[in-house]
Amino acid sequence: MSIILQNIFSTEFVYMWIRVVTPILLPALGGAICNRAGVVNLGLEGIMLLSALAGVLGSAFGGGLLAGLAAGLGTALLVSLVFAYFHLNLKADATICGTAINTLASGFTVLLLFTITGEKGTSASLKSFSFSTVNIPLVEDIPVIGKILSGHNLMTYVALLAVVAVWFLLYKMPLGLRIRSVGENPNAASSVGVNVRRTRYIAILLCGALTGLGGMYMSMGYLGMFTREMVAGRGFIALAAAAMGQSTPIGVFLSSMLFAFFDGMSNTLQLLALPSQFIDMLPYLATIGGLTAYSIQRARKAKRRLAE
Amino acid sequence: MTLKKANLLVDSVKMLLVIVVALVLVTGIVFAVSSEPSNALYNFFIGPFLSLRRVGNIIEGACPLVFTALAVMIIFRAGQFSMISEGAFFMGAAIAMAVSIAVPMPTGIHAVACLLCAAAGGALVASIPAFLKKLWSVSEVVTSIMLNYVVQYFAIYLVTYHFREMQSSSLASLKLAETSLLPGILPGTNVHLGVIIAILMCVFCWFLIYRSRFGYQLRITGCNPSFAHYVGLKETGVMVGAQVIAGAIAGMGGSIELLGMYTRFKWTETPGYGWTGIVVALLAKDNPLMVPLAAAFIAYINTGANIMAMNSDVSSEMAQIIQGVIMLLIASGALLQRWRQKLIDKAAEQEQAAAAAEQVQA
Repeated sequence: MSIILQNIFSTEFVYMWIRVVTPILLPALGGAICNRAGVVNLGLEGIMLLSALAGVLGSAFGGGLLAGLAAGLGTALLVSLVFAYFHLNLKADATICGTAINTLASGFTVLLLFTITGEKGTSASLKSFSFSTVNIPLVEDIPVIGKILSGHNLMTYVALLAVVAVWFLLYKMPLGLRIRSVGENPNAASSVGVNVRRTRYIAILLCGALTGLGGMYMSMGYLGMFTREMVAGRGFIALAAAAMGQSTPIGVFLSSMLFAFFDGMSNTLQLLALPSQFIDMLPYLATIGGLTAYSIQRARKAKRRLAE
Repeated sequence: MTLKKANLLVDSVKMLLVIVVALVLVTGIVFAVSSEPSNALYNFFIGPFLSLRRVGNIIEGACPLVFTALAVMIIFRAGQFSMISEGAFFMGAAIAMAVSIAVPMPTGIHAVACLLCAAAGGALVASIPAFLKKLWSVSEVVTSIMLNYVVQYFAIYLVTYHFREMQSSSLASLKLAETSLLPGILPGTNVHLGVIIAILMCVFCWFLIYRSRFGYQLRITGCNPSFAHYVGLKETGVMVGAQVIAGAIAGMGGSIELLGMYTRFKWTETPGYGWTGIVVALLAKDNPLMVPLAAAFIAYINTGANIMAMNSDVSSEMAQIIQGVIMLLIASGALLQRWRQKLIDKAAEQEQAAAAAEQVQA
């Protein structure tokens, strides 16, 4: 047990913690924007998977990181557009729409991978690029903090900056006000001239871009290649983080950190003689537990307010 | 044309349109990725009918989908979006494996015991997100999906640590007891007794939803929970009940798939029947009696995709793409809505005219 504690209170663990939060935080921020606009985007998982593959293919065949980034982002936006069209124009239920996107994504990624590489498991045979790691000058020289904060993947810093950017968007920009108003009361927003559908389109596309970055991080940072079903529920965990963080950037950041902690724990706990399946369960159990704890506290608060 | 007929006409045309669009899309994708598209398409569309064994594959493939689709249908009917049928199905299969291997019983009774234990296991799993929602309104969508992963790892743990066949290099359980297996019913194929149970289950669900007291409460709750509440129904109880029943059905489906099709538990991840069940349920349009047909259609696509993968350069994941497209299109409420409205208006006008004519006569 003490080995585990020692491991958790080490700079390596905190470094890894920040590493594993990236692919949860980015889609969670996207999901938060969608939630704020009144759209629950269950398709995060599928968007991540598709952009993870698109990034690898783009960088392998486009001959560079930028091509990969463009392909990944383009794919994420395109899929989001499909989701938005079916949900907003054709009035399909968001949950079913999202599930459909996820089903499509897990089929299409394997089909495409197989067509291009002849393999169904990984893209190992392709020479794809990864985002580089960034050493922050000055910070990297600070003893403990430098080891934790510096030397991360570029996308990790993008994720952390995105927290600030989403905060700025939601609370300091007219677009953010429109997004929030559309989610809170679409009829009221519509009555003062906000185009509800267009605002939701924008929210879904913004969400798609952030989610796409999260997906690309999986195959171009977290790992150096695409493997089938590599997102492994992170899109859903992100959705839980967005809900638990009440769709505020800080709340989303904190709940993402919480879920990532258990993800990181499961890496560390491999040292124990526990059956590995129980360790594999941990991130998912933690998400259920976290969401439940949050809901209990919310229910209590509501009751208290009712009593007053 | 009456209102009912108008709706039926639009629904049928929409269904046809959805299937045609999906199949045209498949053809397009095959032409894009294959170097021998006509061979691939021939195997996909015609292949499943070329031998009795393949037709058998369709029927066997439809069997698990019937159970998960019925589960999804009941859950959706209650206005809930629990995705638990995937996990309940897998839990059912795992528990059936445990009962089959660990508890010796005489032939016949053994299978029944496996099925019932599996149903109980599925119900238990499905009740978790249901109760979390009832007690503290935790979103059942996310908790059920997370629980699916937990169940998956739990089942793999059971196999790995308690029932593993040590002789085998890949993960597989010990041999299931002969006494618990479901017998085949169609020589030359693997079609097993479970198919009959599946059809009986559809009839049972039709009675449950449309002819029982609980079904009436279920439909009211699903349509309008506040209304259900104000007429004195325990709407949250109905929601939980629906999910528990659905879990039991999906769990039983898992055990039937295991005992009918396999001699060992060989899955290393959940097979996805729960998700596919959503497509089948949407295709069957809230009617349990249509579920076998819808399941057979999706099983035909799955079988076709497998045959195509064996005989050409297109992978079998094509089936998932079709399922996704069908799901998107069927869920689109606005599709053909204008035409439906026109027909309904016309029907109403005719009705009024007829009523007026009657009055004049009187």
